[in-house]
Amino acid sequence: MAYKWDFGLILSYANFWAKGLGITLAYSVGTVLGGLIIGVICGMLLLYKRKWLTLPIHFYVELFRCTPLLVQIVWFYYALPIVLSVELPAWLAAGLGLTLYMGAFATEIFRGGIISIDKGQWQAARALGMTNGEMMRHIILPQAIKRMVPPFVNQSIIQLKNTSLLYVVAVPDLMYTGSIVVSDTFRPLEVYTSVAAMYFAILYPLTLWAKRMEAKVDQ
Amino acid sequence: MTNSGAADENGANGADVMVRVEGLRKSYGTVEAVRGVSLDVHRGQVVVVIGPSGCGKSTFLRCVNLLETPSAGTLRVGDRTIDFSAPPSDKGHAMPRGRDLARFRARIGMVFQQFDLFPHMTALGNVMSGPMIVKKMREAEAEAIARNLLAKVGLANFTARFPRELSGGQQQRVAIARAMAMEPELMLFDEVTSALDPELVGEVLDVMKELALEGTTMIVVTHEMAFARDVADHVVVMDLGQVVEQGAAADVLLQPKNARTASFLARFHSTIGDRKA
Repeated sequence: MAYKWDFGLILSYANFWAKGLGITLAYSVGTVLGGLIIGVICGMLLLYKRKWLTLPIHFYVELFRCTPLLVQIVWFYYALPIVLSVELPAWLAAGLGLTLYMGAFATEIFRGGIISIDKGQWQAARALGMTNGEMMRHIILPQAIKRMVPPFVNQSIIQLKNTSLLYVVAVPDLMYTGSIVVSDTFRPLEVYTSVAAMYFAILYPLTLWAKRMEAKVDQ
Repeated sequence: MTNSGAADENGANGADVMVRVEGLRKSYGTVEAVRGVSLDVHRGQVVVVIGPSGCGKSTFLRCVNLLETPSAGTLRVGDRTIDFSAPPSDKGHAMPRGRDLARFRARIGMVFQQFDLFPHMTALGNVMSGPMIVKKMREAEAEAIARNLLAKVGLANFTARFPRELSGGQQQRVAIARAMAMEPELMLFDEVTSALDPELVGEVLDVMKELALEGTTMIVVTHEMAFARDVADHVVVMDLGQVVEQGAAADVLLQPKNARTASFLARFHSTIGDRKA
């Protein structure tokens, strides 16, 4: 192949890359935390077996799990402003979509963790005279959280990858930065290879860490 | 320990009746697991409930501490009476809820077939959990109680072990200590030796026997006929959700009047002779 690789050109955009990387990480952390809060609240509410409460939550979860994230982000950016008749800036629309998406998965992870606890634990706690709150805090949650951590970390890793969809609404994350650099340098091979390498450099160690944690929980 | 004969005849005298169950029913959908059970348990009495699998004896036991909500009947434990047959408008009908329900259960200890120890706590932590979480007792005080009880069940050297590091028999003894730490007025035992290897059954029964000798009021659901013979003041035989026979242990176990009791016991008579409980 006669192609001459030139990564030097890419490095000259270092500041640009740093900013893009920062935005990718900020969206990852922010939407994961937001999703965690939604997941804990919705997951808890699902434990109250009241139809008027669980039905809307199930609807929310399934709606966001069964539609593509790309469609959600585009919908929040282009369609929601029409519904609300308020202009939503791209960064907010995209952030909202990503957070609600993560929240739907976090809800299922939280609920799954709680109901995975053996029913003997619930009856033993109740038989001792614990209230529901005492049982949750001292018996169920300490065991359930351990089981929730691995799937939650895995979902967070997926979420970091998902932030690349910010590209479609022109939020200058790592991926979007790449496209700018390409249009500037006409070097798609080096640029997109670098983009992939940067995602990999962050995600691979995280994946290893998640695996180790999973093994620890299994013990 | 209460004299068994006297206890039977004193049924009408409510003074020392710890538990009074009248016409208790429990149904799941169209299936009725408990069909009108009435029973008195006197203070210090050991009542053993026997019967074939699926006869409703465990469901009955779980109704006594309201792990199951009875469908009908009345239940009195100590000074608290709950009438499940009363119309909903009646105040006494209400199944206790929230903190009230928790307080009701706190006075009754229960030990389960599968031990159900809390796996994230040590043996000591398990026994301390009731006093600390429910009674809000200070840690030092709860620890003293827990160490005492673990020593009593022969596990003084195992306080720092986690449940997974203990044998089934040891786990069940921790579970008994955990229930006793709440200083319950009544102890319920739900087939507590059924999940144990045969060689571990004895150590658990010994602990229960000791509790009985100390005057603990107990309702014991079991298949251990030798235990029933040696420890029970009163034996209740259940079949198809009903009490088919009850009375002093010796009478019921050795001279059953009911045909179903007789056929059920026939399978166990060799066991009674064999095992020294």
